[in-house]
Amino acid sequence: MSADLVVVGAGVVGAACAYFATSAGLRVTVVERGGIAAGTSSAGEGNLLVSDKEPGPELDLALLSLRAWREDLGDHGGLWEYEQKGGLVVASSPEGAAALRSLAAAQRACGVEVAEVADPVDYEPNLAPGLAAGAHYPQDAQVQPMLAAAHLLRLARERGAEIRLRTEVTGFLRDGDQVTGVRTAHADISAGAVLNAAGTWAGEVAALAEVTVPVLPRRGFVLVTQPMPVGTIRHKVYAAEYVGNVASGDAELQTSPVVEGTRSGTILIGATRERVGFDRTVSPEALRRLAGQAAALFPVLRSVRVMRSYLGFRPYCPDHLPVIGPDPRAPGLWHACGHEGAGVGLSAGTGLLLAQALTGAPAALDLAPFAPARFEAAA
Amino acid sequence: MTYTMTFEGRPVRAEPGQSVAAALVASGVVSWRVTRGQGRPRGLFCGIGLCHDCLITIDGVPDQRACVVPARDGMRLGDRDDA
Amino acid sequence: MTPEPHDVAVVGAGPAGLGAAAEAAGAGLDVVLIDAGQRPGGQYWRHAEGGRGQHWKAYEGLSRRLGQVRRIPGTQVWLITRDQEGFTLRLTGHDPVTARAVILCPGGYDRQLPIPGWDLPGVMAAGGVQALLKEHGTAPGRRAVVAGTGPFLLPVAVALARAGVAVAAVAEANPVTGWLRDPFGALAAPSKSVEAVRYAAAMTARRVLYRTRTVITEIVGDGRAEAVRLRRADGTQEEIAADLVALGWGFTPSLELPIMLGAETRLDEDGSLVAVVDGSQRSTADGVYIAGEATGVGGAALALAEGRLAALTLAGSGKTARLRRAVRRGRRFAAAMRRACPVPAEWTAWLTESTVVCRCEEVPYGELRRACHDLGADDARAVKMLARPGMGWCQGRMCGFATAAIAARLNGRVATADDLRAFAARVPAFPVALEDLAEN
Ligand SMILES: Cc1cc2nc3c(=O)[nH]c(=O)nc-3n(C[C@H](O)[C@H](O)[C@H](O)COP(=O)(O)OP(=O)(O)OC[C@H]3O[C@@H](n4cnc5c(N)ncnc54)[C@H](O)[C@@H]3O)c2cc1C
Ligand SMILES: Cc1cc2nc3c(=O)[nH]c(=O)nc-3n(C[C@H](O)[C@H](O)[C@H](O)COP(=O)(O)OP(=O)(O)OC[C@H]3O[C@@H](n4cnc5c(N)ncnc54)[C@H](O)[C@@H]3O)c2cc1C
Ligand code: FES
Repeated sequence: MSADLVVVGAGVVGAACAYFATSAGLRVTVVERGGIAAGTSSAGEGNLLVSDKEPGPELDLALLSLRAWREDLGDHGGLWEYEQKGGLVVASSPEGAAALRSLAAAQRACGVEVAEVADPVDYEPNLAPGLAAGAHYPQDAQVQPMLAAAHLLRLARERGAEIRLRTEVTGFLRDGDQVTGVRTAHADISAGAVLNAAGTWAGEVAALAEVTVPVLPRRGFVLVTQPMPVGTIRHKVYAAEYVGNVASGDAELQTSPVVEGTRSGTILIGATRERVGFDRTVSPEALRRLAGQAAALFPVLRSVRVMRSYLGFRPYCPDHLPVIGPDPRAPGLWHACGHEGAGVGLSAGTGLLLAQALTGAPAALDLAPFAPARFEAAA
Repeated sequence: MTYTMTFEGRPVRAEPGQSVAAALVASGVVSWRVTRGQGRPRGLFCGIGLCHDCLITIDGVPDQRACVVPARDGMRLGDRDDA
Repeated sequence: MTPEPHDVAVVGAGPAGLGAAAEAAGAGLDVVLIDAGQRPGGQYWRHAEGGRGQHWKAYEGLSRRLGQVRRIPGTQVWLITRDQEGFTLRLTGHDPVTARAVILCPGGYDRQLPIPGWDLPGVMAAGGVQALLKEHGTAPGRRAVVAGTGPFLLPVAVALARAGVAVAAVAEANPVTGWLRDPFGALAAPSKSVEAVRYAAAMTARRVLYRTRTVITEIVGDGRAEAVRLRRADGTQEEIAADLVALGWGFTPSLELPIMLGAETRLDEDGSLVAVVDGSQRSTADGVYIAGEATGVGGAALALAEGRLAALTLAGSGKTARLRRAVRRGRRFAAAMRRACPVPAEWTAWLTESTVVCRCEEVPYGELRRACHDLGADDARAVKMLARPGMGWCQGRMCGFATAAIAARLNGRVATADDLRAFAARVPAFPVALEDLAEN
């Protein structure tokens, strides 16, 4: 059994990497301990956002990713309900409006399309009146992440990839330092390279190769409402404070929901951010805050019923950047993990970049900021 | 005594103790909404408040379960249909 | 300032919950009894205006013992969380309640299998038909077919006939003698089989056609049910006109509250997911007792005994030996019954690509098949995420059992407890208005 590349993890990141790698001509085997997208990719939302990112490497990756979703993967968009519906960020106070304006200006300088909005109600008729200002981001889009992961894997399979579900990676095959494949409960698979796309569990997989990748869980709750008439909410709408939450390193509960409609009519309200390990117990406080903030943004939602909630664990690195690229500490081992709350959006760009690096093609983006060993240097 | 309600403008009689759905069914109405996808008719199914097939607008409040709401005199049923 | 927690919160006021509340109060505990219904009794004791239900004396006896119990009717528990003092129960339209222990008696509902045409108006759950007849005095049609499996089809047919509905046929998928296949189990609760014989006699008197080893394979009609197609074991088929179709494939438990508290679940003999309890009704979660249908479908008498046992266990009573024996006996009989009334082995064969499996989201069987065959879904969870069955208003209560079976079948295996769990966990337990969530 051998492959050019073994991808560990069939989440959206592993799926995108498998897709781009097979498209670049590599023979790929995907190994997943659960089912299709058994991890965080089925426990989050599908926003592809540039609006919430401050200038820096993550924004660059997000812009590259959005282009990849739109262009490289554009023919398949219907399969995963791709929709470029645009984001609307609103500020309730003059200070918030000022902060939003300066963020927008900085983003614009990096290539983000953004328009200032004097009265957000013009864009979203159901918004609460009296908001101070807003910014419209036409590039923001969405996909259904499970469908994206599943179809990317299907397309990879059509390009020759093999997908092995219910197969846990339990160790690595080594030749001296060199990683030469993976050990699984069923069989060993030798490979030219192994990609760790194990999401929130990527630290455990890295540890099997005796290297450290500091990926931690950051819990998030999402509320799903009853189906609503089309057009109740048109964009992805959120308050300007959200950007601060995303970038925050605080362990404490933070909320500032993105509110958006979906193809199926439900409205998604999410998500909270909180570092509590892998604790799955429901937090009434988290639900309370999400509900209250969404109702404040959209008073029409007050009497609307929440049908379900769910939670997931974002793969989180201390510096809020993903880990992408080859690991010099274990040659042959590569990583694509730690995308935190943006892994769906960033998956396409990540797959593209990895396929380029693995085949020696020119890179669309410098991988240095995402280097796997960067945390050791800092320590 | 017998209550009188209206369903889409027509009178519907109900006995005290009957649910809205029971009164509708007793007067020959078997469906009172359509699905949002295929526009299929829906009425009673589980009869005990779980399936939500029987959603109806009552006195202007949408998405009430007809099988659990007790009938009352003068109720206006089903004036809005976007459940 | 928060009030003192109750000693115990009993959720559900059916036979199990009433038994638990009465016994707990009798033992001197401070009890709160919460139920979705306006009046106590659950799915078993229904209050027709002026009328009386089955075993009404038992009901009245229990009711008399509820004097000291704080009762909160007409509200749904949508969330239970564990905290330092015990548990907090959040209710729709009511302040939260706290308690040191909980006895969960949430009962269950009709188990359903999708059938071509089962979403036509005029097709109802068998229990729902019974509820409508008993509680509201309404017969939802003129000519009925009752179909599915299990002893419960009999009282539904008899009640319909008594209400003046022409019962064109009762289609029982299994051979009836199967109910007595486990002689020890059947002997343990002989009154059940006696009951069945009585119903059979009533049906004969009313000339109700009782077909065993006969399955319903399709319901046809234009905008509402007009006829059903039945198929017998020998392959012969027939079409019978009916404007009311009552479907029941046994009952299946409500497990969202036990799962919310981390109580373990398992597969029962009949393929339903049930809560795990020990011989004294303790769940695997500390301070959480579970009684009634939620621990395995076994009828009202067993539910009542389990509820009482749960309360006495909680109260630390030393006098539970007889009750424990009765529960053991009841469970043995119930298990025999469940074994005798499985869903037909080949039921998925009657599905067509366009048969609606999830009524809420209108997901046809073809979508489930594509999720498995094209997209690699190899369990119920993945099917749910990729094709959306169970994602609508009812949160998988109607289609969860069937979807788990379909997902497994499409992958060449039988459903596991994990397949079923993908549909049994629900937070909140029932839909809650956003503003109520915001103020919880
Ligand atoms: C509430 C919430 C909301 C979110 N909203 C958004 C959003 O709007 N937009 C966005 O872009 N992102 C969002 N995210 C983040 C996004 O979901 C994640 O970043 C993304 O899903 C990560 O994908 P992944 O493939 O890296 O990880 P996963 O999907 O977790 O995949 C990793 C896989 O590896 C498998 N695995 C682990 N260990 C092993 C092993 N030893 N052997 C084999 N397999 C193994 C796991 O089973 C898992 O399937 C959200 C997350 C949450 C929790
Ligand atoms: C529709 C239907 C009709 C039936 N008719 C008959 C019949 O005619 N004859 C017969 O012998 N058997 C009948 N059965 C079976 C019989 O009801 C059960 O065997 C018996 O009632 C089980 O008792 P229980 O206490 O376990 O549950 P139940 O009687 O079902 O009581 C459970 C109670 O808990 C409540 N509940 C559940 N979750 C919550 C929550 N989150 N918050 C608040 N309340 C909650 C429910 O509303 C219900 O009132 C019927 C079952 C159903 C589903
Ligand atoms: S008929 Fe099922 S909820 Fe009313």
